[in-house]
Amino acid sequence: MYYSKKTLKRFKSPEFAGEIKNPDAVGQEGNPQCGDVMKIFLKIDKDIIKDIKFKTYGCIAAIASSDMMCELAKGKTIDEALKIKPEDIVNGLGKCPQ
Amino acid sequence: MKRVYLDNGATTMLDPNVIKTMMPYFNVKYGNASSTHLFGEEAKEALEKSRQIIAKSINARPDEIIFTSGGTESNNLTLKSIAFTNREKGNHIIVSKVEHKCIMKACKWLEKQGFNITYLDVDKEGFVNPDKLEKAITDKTILVSIIHGNNETGTINDLKKLGEICKKHNVYFHTDACQSYTKTELNVKKQNIDLITLNAHKIHGPKGIGALYIRKGTKIKTWQHGGDHEFSLRAGTENIHGIVGFAEAVKIAMNKKHIDYMAKLRDKLINGVLGIPDVKLNGPVGDKRLCNNANFSFKGIEGEAIGGYLNNKGIASSTGSACSAKTLEPSYVLMALGLTPEQANSSLRLTLSRFTTEEEIDYTLEVLPKIAKSLRKISPFWKE
Repeated sequence: MYYSKKTLKRFKSPEFAGEIKNPDAVGQEGNPQCGDVMKIFLKIDKDIIKDIKFKTYGCIAAIASSDMMCELAKGKTIDEALKIKPEDIVNGLGKCPQ
Repeated sequence: MKRVYLDNGATTMLDPNVIKTMMPYFNVKYGNASSTHLFGEEAKEALEKSRQIIAKSINARPDEIIFTSGGTESNNLTLKSIAFTNREKGNHIIVSKVEHKCIMKACKWLEKQGFNITYLDVDKEGFVNPDKLEKAITDKTILVSIIHGNNETGTINDLKKLGEICKKHNVYFHTDACQSYTKTELNVKKQNIDLITLNAHKIHGPKGIGALYIRKGTKIKTWQHGGDHEFSLRAGTENIHGIVGFAEAVKIAMNKKHIDYMAKLRDKLINGVLGIPDVKLNGPVGDKRLCNNANFSFKGIEGEAIGGYLNNKGIASSTGSACSAKTLEPSYVLMALGLTPEQANSSLRLTLSRFTTEEEIDYTLEVLPKIAKSLRKISPFWKE
């Protein structure tokens, strides 16, 4: 396995994996053809993401990235969360295979 | 942690007896087989003895075997050399849609050189239909190359029927037998085969050594220029320790009891894994499947993720998912069997060897259902 330790740790025990009952927002993105589909559940209070969970069909990197993204988004306002970039997730995870 | 190797389709462990046979050729009998002194003679003797063993294993003559660096080289040599040597006869080559990548890429290159390639469909178990092959042959066809045992799905093609058709139409018939060699019958006379790609590292021999069977009289020229090694068909000092190891590996693997042993474990594994809900077996069952191959699609979970969790438990596997490929596309082999991209992305291949134990299969069957359950729990495509 040529993933970083951080990636493997998140893949092994993703903190944010799961579902929120009665979520305020749900979104799904991705395509099973290329192997990754992510579904995000949000609990929002006064524009702030109070809770966030994910369900992902995908590889090691997809599951670890989903978890990293949730950690970055939690506690942020919607506008702030929308500014999260792919680089922020990569920085949080360390090396991923090209 | 336990270490369970279920990726024998990728490569295998060297048999300790193979290592023992190879050892003297590193530092005692290390001569160049082209030299005329005693060191050279020892090497030459080992080379020819090994050639006899490989020839006998497929009912061929020793002078019909040349040693190469492995499957990729043998396949490249066949396609490119047969194509250019027989260009006057025609420019049409037929392969199947489930060939190994080295065949596919050599064909793509040949297309750029002016050759026409037909890529034959396979059925939902991965078999090439002999009637479809016959219909595809034209008066321009010079070569048919069909994989024997498929590396992903374990499908074993009926070489005898395919070979008969090629013979009837006077077209060279090549098969890539890297996965099937010693695991099912391979007989050049009975099955009408003109060229066979063989290799050592899938049968507990060393990496970097393979062979090509070329029927006497076949129009083929060297592709690698240099000395007059290997009947002037493959220049380069012979890899004697590799060749000796290859022959020893064949000698051991030819014992049919290994096939029965692996098939029994394979069926235990298949039946056990199919006990997990919504799992599908890819490829055929029974004798028409390689005795060491199992390939599944797990609904709702991605293959590399399953492999990642298995790896955490010390089990080595492989997948046809897009994630594992540099192209980021799911396995073209599984797609050719009619799997959806999602099913191909959800595939897991487990390949056994004669060194795999029943205990290892039991352990795999103990952890795999738990892995499937926990990954499905976080899958957007799975409802309990």
